[in-house]
Amino acid sequence: MNTKKPNSLVRLLPYLLIGIYFGIVFTKSEVISWFRIQEMFRFQSFHMYGIIGSAVVVAMLSVQWIKKTKKHDLDGEEIVIPPKELGSGTRYWLGGTIFGLGWALTGACPGPMFALVGNGLTVMVVAILAAVAGTFTYGILRPHLPH
Amino acid sequence: MIEFISQPWPWYIAGPLIGIVVPALLLLGGKQFGISENLRHICAMIPSKVAFFQYDWKNGLWNLTLIFGVILGGWIGSNWLRSSDPVAISEATQSDLAALGITDFNGLAPSDLFSWDGLTHSPGIILIVLGGFLVGFGTRYAGGCTSGHAISGLANLQLPSLIAVVGFFAGGLIATFFLLPLILGA
Repeated sequence: MNTKKPNSLVRLLPYLLIGIYFGIVFTKSEVISWFRIQEMFRFQSFHMYGIIGSAVVVAMLSVQWIKKTKKHDLDGEEIVIPPKELGSGTRYWLGGTIFGLGWALTGACPGPMFALVGNGLTVMVVAILAAVAGTFTYGILRPHLPH
Repeated sequence: MIEFISQPWPWYIAGPLIGIVVPALLLLGGKQFGISENLRHICAMIPSKVAFFQYDWKNGLWNLTLIFGVILGGWIGSNWLRSSDPVAISEATQSDLAALGITDFNGLAPSDLFSWDGLTHSPGIILIVLGGFLVGFGTRYAGGCTSGHAISGLANLQLPSLIAVVGFFAGGLIATFFLLPLILGA
């Protein structure tokens, strides 16, 4: 373990900057627009597919490079990406479908919900609170759900 | 330059700019890109006896800081780097939405539905509150959202993430073609 405090302001600052960068990219690329999400689910534009697809390609190439070269992070710790367990697979297709229903209705996944608040669509605070309630409900029901 | 960044950014600029954050977070502190974890951290701040939320939410402070930055970034993007044009969605989408009674394409979302005033009418409440609830429930059940599964999960070539992404689209298509017409009463 490193001795530096993980939550000191200096160590949190890069994450604040990455967040600001994200908020700007989300806004300028219009992925936070309800209209763009509708356009995507109606297969009427390449815009969203291009964004998600090229993001995946860039992330994939760099993650494979990190793994292959056994890169360490800035603290000198080995970078490990714990694999997701498949299990029965139920949680992925069922949870994914439930998420997709909400994504198309609100026109926003979690990141854009926050970016929209910054854009002045303050009513999305209600969507965020509803999403917190949804996560809380999942936490309660978790022992009874198939995973 | 300012004129260029004030325009909406094309996909081949925005996509790589988003994707590069995945290795940046890994190299910075071994962190995995996953926005919806924050919803769980917020639940963990609330005193409860639910086992799923019994952990120190301060371990996720880096992620909560990031999402606070996203709000600020949205504010910066809209106040200083904005073009005033409406989102240039395709004509096909405009006519599909017009058939559902949505004809105002100014702003980032239909203003009569996604506004405090819209929240007082049934279609607005359903889209915002039910939609938000399903996003929060579904993402934790699936173990990730667009960032955790569609981007960093697929980037790590994980089969569970591919299944989740297929689910995202199945749900999105059901909502778009069956639920939305019902909710909007068209």
